[in-house]
Formats: sequence, C-alpha cells, structure tokens
Amino acid sequence: MELIFEKSSEDKRGIKLPHSDVPQAAALEKQYLRTGTTGLPNISEPEVVRHYTCLSRTNFCIDTNFYPLGSCTMKYNPRFTEKIACIDSFASIHPLQPQLVKGGILTQGALQVIYDLERQLSEITGMHSFTTQPMAGAHGELTGVMLIAAWHKSRGDKREYIIIPDSGHGTNPASAAIAGYKVKTIKSDKNGVMDMEEYRKALDGKTAGIMLTCPNTLGIFNPHIKEITELAHSSGALMYYDGANLNAILGKARPGDLGFDIVHLNLHKTFSTPHGGGGPGAGPVGVTKELAEFLPTSRIIMRDDGTYALEYQKPSSIGYISPFYGNFGILLRAYAYILYMGRDGLIEASENAVLNANYLKSRLRERFNIPFPDGTLHEFVISAKNFADGGVRALDFAKALIDRGIHPPTVYFPLNVREAIMVEPTETESKETLDNFIEEMIKLADLAESSPKIFHNFPATTPVCRPDEVAAVKNPDLRYRVGSQSQL
Amino acid sequence: MLPKELSYTREHEWLKVSDENMVIIGITDYAQEELGDITFVELPEVGQVISGGDSPVTLESVKAVSSVYSPAAGEIIEVNSRLDDEPELINESPYTDGWIFKIRITGAMITPLLSPGEYQEFIDSLD
Repeated sequence: MELIFEKSSEDKRGIKLPHSDVPQAAALEKQYLRTGTTGLPNISEPEVVRHYTCLSRTNFCIDTNFYPLGSCTMKYNPRFTEKIACIDSFASIHPLQPQLVKGGILTQGALQVIYDLERQLSEITGMHSFTTQPMAGAHGELTGVMLIAAWHKSRGDKREYIIIPDSGHGTNPASAAIAGYKVKTIKSDKNGVMDMEEYRKALDGKTAGIMLTCPNTLGIFNPHIKEITELAHSSGALMYYDGANLNAILGKARPGDLGFDIVHLNLHKTFSTPHGGGGPGAGPVGVTKELAEFLPTSRIIMRDDGTYALEYQKPSSIGYISPFYGNFGILLRAYAYILYMGRDGLIEASENAVLNANYLKSRLRERFNIPFPDGTLHEFVISAKNFADGGVRALDFAKALIDRGIHPPTVYFPLNVREAIMVEPTETESKETLDNFIEEMIKLADLAESSPKIFHNFPATTPVCRPDEVAAVKNPDLRYRVGSQSQL
Repeated sequence: MLPKELSYTREHEWLKVSDENMVIIGITDYAQEELGDITFVELPEVGQVISGGDSPVTLESVKAVSSVYSPAAGEIIEVNSRLDDEPELINESPYTDGWIFKIRITGAMITPLLSPGEYQEFIDSLD
C-alpha cells in the first residue's frame, strides 16, 4: 500500500489558489524563509479522495465485522445516540460556559445530563455518588485507587499493598502501581476464581484495598464474593470493583450490595458508546457515602430550587483528575442509551450477552479445550494448547480469523490459561453471526490438524501479513521521511 | 533436558546456588517458550536491596509483560547487562548466556526449591 506521499509527483496539483485581491505584505526577512520544499504531497483531489476511501476500507471495526474481543465488550454503537450527540445545543457548548457569570443558566440541560447520569449509574451499581471525570477505564481505576489512598490517609493509616487476583482485568496492577502501591497477586484456584486460602494469607493490616473484576476475565462470577468483601472490611481494606465485565450482571447484582466501596464503569463497554480507537472513552467512578467527600472536583449539585450548579469547595477532594467534566459527548450517548433501554431493556441486554456467550461455548466445547467451563457468564476462555504441539498457537488462530472476516478474540490473556483465546460476543450479535463464528473456528481446528504450516501465512488478505514484532519493539520506525520508501 | 546442577521454582525460575549465599537467577526453557520472543528486559540496579517475593526484573515479550521474582531477601550483586541489547539470549540459551541477575541472599527462601525431577513433574502436571 502506497502512502499519500509516494503518490505525489511534480506535475499534479489538488488545489487552485484564487487570485489574491489583498495587498501583498512585505516579504519576511531572509532568515525566516524556507529554503527547501515543504514536503507536502502534490496530488489531485480525486486521488486524495480515493486514497482515504481505500484506507477507510481497510479499517476492521464493529461497523464492518463481528468483534468478539474478550473483556472489551465490543457492542454495536446505536446510531440514535450519535444523532443526539450531534444536536447543536449540546455539540456547540464550550466547557468553560458553565463557569462564566450567568453561564450556568445557559447550560442547565448539559449539567442535568451529567447529574442524571450520575444518579442512573448510582442506581445501577448500588453506589452513593459518581464522578464522570475519568476519560477511560484505566483512568477510572487510577482515580479509584487514589480514592483508596485518600481515605486511608484521612484516617492516618499507612497501607502498602493492593491485592489483585491473576484473573483480574489486565490494567489493575499498573493502576495500583501508578498510585504508589505495591501489588500482591493472588493465584486462581481450580475453579478459576481467586484462591481463598492465599487471599486470607495475603490480607493484613498493610492491605489498602482489593481490586476485583467480577465476573473475572474467565467470565466466572466469584461465589465467595460476600466473604471476600467482609474479610477485606474487617482488616480495614477497601473493595474496588473493576466494571470491565458489568455487562454480565446488569440488573442481576449490584456491586454496592455485594460490599464494594468503589466502582468504575466503562461507558464504552457496558453502555454502548464508541470504543477503542473509535473515539474517546469514559470511566466514571462510583463510591459509597463514606468516600463521597474525596471524589474529584468539580461536583455537580442540584440546588434547592431545582437548578444545577458546579461546586468546587471540597477540601477533602483528590482534586481534578481531568479537565472539566469528562468526555461530555460520550456521557450524553450513555445517558441516551440508558433512557432508551430502560430497566427491563438493560436486564434483557445482559441476559442476551450471557446467552450468546454460553451458546458459543457449548458449541465450541466439542472441538476445543475450555479449561474453566462451569459457571461462565458473558465470556469464556478457550485454550489452544492442544494445537500448539502441532505448531498452531493462539496467535495463529487469531491471525487466521482476520482472513475470515472476524476480529480476533483477545489472546494470551488471562495469564492463568495457556494459549488463551478469550471470547466475548456481546448481546448485539444475531444467531447467524454466532453460527458463522462457530463454523469458521471448527474449520480452523480441522485445518490446524491437517496442515498446521499453512497458518504461518495468515492473514493473507491484509496489507501487512505478519509484522516482525520483535524488531518493532527493538527498533521502532515511527516516522516517515520524505524520499524514503515505506515498508508496507 | 533440565540442567542437573540447578534448582527450580514453581514460578519457572532456575537458581544456581554457590558459596557465600550467592545465587544466580534466570528463567527456565519452559518459561521462555511460553512467553515467546522476549523483546525487552528491565534489569535492577546493582546494589539494590530487595525482599523475598519482590520482582526486581520485568520481561516484555510479544505476548505479555511478566515479572521475575526474587526467591529470598538480599542484595543485587550483578546483572546480565548483555540483555539490554540482546534480550533474545533468554530465548536462545535460558540456562547459560540468558542468566538474568545475581543476588547475595540474606534471608530464607520463601518459595520451595525443586530438584530437576520435581520441576519436570510440576510442568508435566500443567498440561
């Protein structure tokens, strides 16, 4: 594939400048004048259009393909939420507007959206208060761990560790470390959930908190959850709920009722807003009443007369963790989605997500090793270890799926399953789509046994087949230089 | 195929224990095979004092980022600085040129040390 620079030639022009009808300014002094060319490509307008249209066609996304990327909850993004986010009276607000004198009166609707969304999320999760500031899931995690630290500090309590099971969401240890804590990793037991004996051993007066993803990355809801939260509280630690997998339990169980003190949600997962490279995320954080005073500023409050305002006077707050109020356009989409779905709609979505995953699991079990098959909810993990001895590993299955029009599931995570392939179909896929995935997976399993070597040529339909990942890490070549040839 | 003179841990590390509580640590062939091509090794500072169970080393491979743990408290005496430029040494010769760090231990081992036979049994049980 050629870069646009490589399509350039001297005799082409994409624009025709109009005749200048203003007086010409004096030329800049010589030292400010460019001596060489700008390096911008000379290319005609139709070629520019074709170039970018072709590029967009190589995009592999939820709008073009099935995307069963485990723990990422790649739901369809409903178009009506886009339409609402484009309404001019929302899209044209400046984030400083609410802070201007009399600006509040002009932005009541937007403030109400955030206020109501906070109330909706509190109701869904069983928490007391929410902040919408964090811009992504891991940002929400960091905010949550900072809240844990603020709470212990306010009590004059010095604590050192965060406990995280090895089946937790992958970003948890990094968030805990960035917030200044050491991490104790707890292995999973034979049922695929945190080993209770090891947990009891690790938990002590130095434990600041426990970060739990429930259901975990194997898709399993922890049956010891009440005991885990009670033990944590009795040793003075706080319970943190990673909301990566909330889509499995909407309306069925609320983290607040299970004894969690802090929750982060991913609106770009559970609440259907655009995801990953497709747009900014949002990772709101909810807390119990005891922790509400530490939430980031500003807070949105409802005055006695029913109007909304921003409050900044929060002496215990951990302060700003992002500019303004978070990604407002994303908050607005999630708010519209929640209102559209309603209580029953969200419960049904969650049930269908679990049904879809279990349908895939039950059909794929005949052909694939599924190490923790019992009690999985919205996702499950296949091990490709049976094929690895013949030379076909999880990565090879992933690459082969691309050629078959399916985005690869998450591979090599969780770490407690060898050659892991983590599958999460979500509720928005039809039975036909699921059946096609099953068929392709079974065909690949057959192929892995009959002709394993062929897998190393996959994917064959993409501009790049297999990048040299070692060289990419050791000698990253991140910049195009004019005159050089691209490697693609 | 496991070198007989080494001890092993359930964290897939090998230990070469010599006099004066000096221990050389690396990862096993099984571990490097599971990690895949190693692209980066973050080594500790020489002289760093660590507790048993700390992870002074981080390994990045094309599949995952993982830690190498210290089996006991002690002081880092030497690191294999060749790994800065040639992390692939761990893949190519995990038991020799791919050694990672040397530590003078000052505390008890916090993880049981396995003989080659016991470690082989352990990895067989994982399949």
